[in-house]
Amino acid sequence: MKALDDYALDGNAIGGLLIEVFGTEMTTATGTCAHCGAVSVVAELAVYRPGLGTVVRCRSCDAVLMTFVQIHSVTCVDLQGLASLA
Amino acid sequence: MAGTAVRGRLTWQTATVGSVTDETPRVRTLLLEVPDWAGHRAGQHVDIRLTADDGYQAERAYSIASAPGEPLAITVERLDDGEVSPYLTEDLQPGDSLEVRGPIGGYFVWEPAFGGPLLLLAGGSGVVPLRAMLRCRASAGSSVPTRLLYSSRSWDDVIYRAELDGLSDGVEVIHALTRSQPPGWTGYTRRVDQQMLAEVAWPAAEQPLAYVCGPTSFVEAVASGLVGLGYPAGRVKTERFGATGQ
Repeated sequence: MKALDDYALDGNAIGGLLIEVFGTEMTTATGTCAHCGAVSVVAELAVYRPGLGTVVRCRSCDAVLMTFVQIHSVTCVDLQGLASLA
Repeated sequence: MAGTAVRGRLTWQTATVGSVTDETPRVRTLLLEVPDWAGHRAGQHVDIRLTADDGYQAERAYSIASAPGEPLAITVERLDDGEVSPYLTEDLQPGDSLEVRGPIGGYFVWEPAFGGPLLLLAGGSGVVPLRAMLRCRASAGSSVPTRLLYSSRSWDDVIYRAELDGLSDGVEVIHALTRSQPPGWTGYTRRVDQQMLAEVAWPAAEQPLAYVCGPTSFVEAVASGLVGLGYPAGRVKTERFGATGQ
């Protein structure tokens, strides 16, 4: 697992957003990277919130796992980088 | 649906500021009155949302500073280039309202049944959720042996200083002051490093449980240091605030 850069947050920071999207607490869920197969608890994933949206990256290979963009009250969700989330 | 909080769902609620307490020149604790607050666990956070006159909204997560069973409180550090924290620490007054949702988080939480020995490691305002854990430990009458290693820039930047000074009964607080120290200071004068961790951390053989919170660079250094001392990664819980100038 690579060290995170100074600007990265972690999955704890998006606990509220994830409840909004999935309807339940997800920071203790486990995600599997579709690119490299690394398995991690969501709270430990790298999270970037540059303003327009939220990008969640794999701690092993840096691949984008999840993307969330909010426009007014609509949240667009892309989970294609995940092989599983449970 | 506005104004109706459905139990079990995460909805924005209006909180009224009950009181404000200055902890340091840059840090303030806000007591928030939320009707029907369902309670929280030590280590959880809330999301705060501010809406400007033109409709622009900014949202931030803030750790809960109070123990389970206590009224909801958050402690906020002012970031000079922040969008939200200057308002929370300088403009907000008792009686003002803001939007809050929570409690949030199931990972970075501690409760007395989890046991210990407990190792808490804070960088700057990362002490906030750990303070909730310490208050939770005290209110539950827990005897779990506990150490807090707390890194601050200076003695005047130590948040909850009087409260931490007053802790005893199985809790040790070890300060590291990284930029300046008061006259006669005999404690650590540098950032937390591997040598310091080796001196302060419970031996891995005692199967300690560690919680690390602060700026991302602090958490990365401390968490990998603990793993280097033999702590299983699963016994080191982390929460990162990003780059906050610590």
